[in-house]
Amino acid sequence: MEQPVVDVSDLTRTYGQKTALDRVSFSATTGKVYGLVGANGAGKTTLLKHLLGLLRPATGSVRVFGLDPVRDPVGVLSRIGYLSEEHELPEWMRVGELMSYTQAYHPTWDAAYARELLDTFKLDPAKKIKDLSKGMRAQAGLIAAVAHRPELLILDEPSSGLDAVVRRDILDAIVRTVADDGRTVIFSSHLLDEVERMSDHVTLIDQGRVVLSGDLDDVRQGYQRSRVHFVDNLAQPPVLESALVVEGGGRAWSIVHTGTPEEFRHAVVARGGEIVESRDATLEEIFLARAGRSRPQAEAA
Amino acid sequence: MDITINVTDGVPIYRQVVNQVKYLVASGLLQPGEELPPIRTLALQLKVTPNTVVKAYGELEMSGVIHKRQGSGTFVSERRPQQVALRERRRVLEQRIDALLAEAHQLNFTAEEILRMVRERKAAMDESGDEPGNTKKDGR
Repeated sequence: MEQPVVDVSDLTRTYGQKTALDRVSFSATTGKVYGLVGANGAGKTTLLKHLLGLLRPATGSVRVFGLDPVRDPVGVLSRIGYLSEEHELPEWMRVGELMSYTQAYHPTWDAAYARELLDTFKLDPAKKIKDLSKGMRAQAGLIAAVAHRPELLILDEPSSGLDAVVRRDILDAIVRTVADDGRTVIFSSHLLDEVERMSDHVTLIDQGRVVLSGDLDDVRQGYQRSRVHFVDNLAQPPVLESALVVEGGGRAWSIVHTGTPEEFRHAVVARGGEIVESRDATLEEIFLARAGRSRPQAEAA
Repeated sequence: MDITINVTDGVPIYRQVVNQVKYLVASGLLQPGEELPPIRTLALQLKVTPNTVVKAYGELEMSGVIHKRQGSGTFVSERRPQQVALRERRRVLEQRIDALLAEAHQLNFTAEEILRMVRERKAAMDESGDEPGNTKKDGR
């Protein structure tokens, strides 16, 4: 098998008492889009910073292109494009200067692509970065992240706080990175519809731990959401072995569950209910079941 | 190509693409020999990962709805479009019927009662001259 682009194994990181990453393993292969999902503070940014060599692994190992990003930052960073959540950019520079500055560090810089994106985004090269709107900063940062056609594009919450137009520009950049060059993208997001659209592979991080990880279609398999009606008015949520989330009341309940439809049907019938409707669960429903409000139930399962 | 992706109903995106291309072919909105958009173009249009379009096109090719021509693109197949069309038209209706049956069951109607109601509705529409589906000859 070919060498993974990213290979993280058993990575643990603590900040004082708080465990930011707890034995996290994660790997990425060429030509796919990887979505990282999790609540704020779950550890997504901490994981991405390790890939960039900005943090040194306390325990465990991090390899990018087979290299250690802490020991060989130049070898790794020249092949990565990175856009941080805050779109940190040198404030004093003009947009055009940011381009030539970034170009100087990247021999593979594609000036025609950079110009095309500047035109598309209607960014004025003479404009100072400190005078740009939040959306324009994101666009400038995006060009600086993709115009050297990196082998690995890392986007940390790229859509956070942006309007629909700029979000679309960012999604376009992801598609183009994969479609034009067969390269790899890792992005974190709390927007699950974006993750569901853009990801080939998803990883859910919750309180520093990987709770769920796999190809999107595999992850989604085996989770269903069913509407169930009972003959009796139930004062308590019905107890069903394969149920992860139970919502509703009285005779009508909505249940996110695992297992085969037949098993679930038997369990429901045994408790005097019937399934009114069943469909595959959405990514959002699965993630809420695995990391959200129903955490005690998910842990008990 | 007019395709809409919905991430709220739990249907995998590649399957939504497959179903909607089949529907476009079945309804004649995509005709045999017509070219489908390249993978990159459709991925940009739908805002989905290109690999999803690859997977959808792969499945459509397996089922004979489309075919790739070396170096030139992806096209709607000429082969047996009628059969594809009939299967797909049935599939679309069956989905609606399943939903109707589930709803009817909730409201305590039997299948016989539903059939009778369908005939009554059809008769009422015929009378008012407001006939549905008169463009489809084999819709009996």
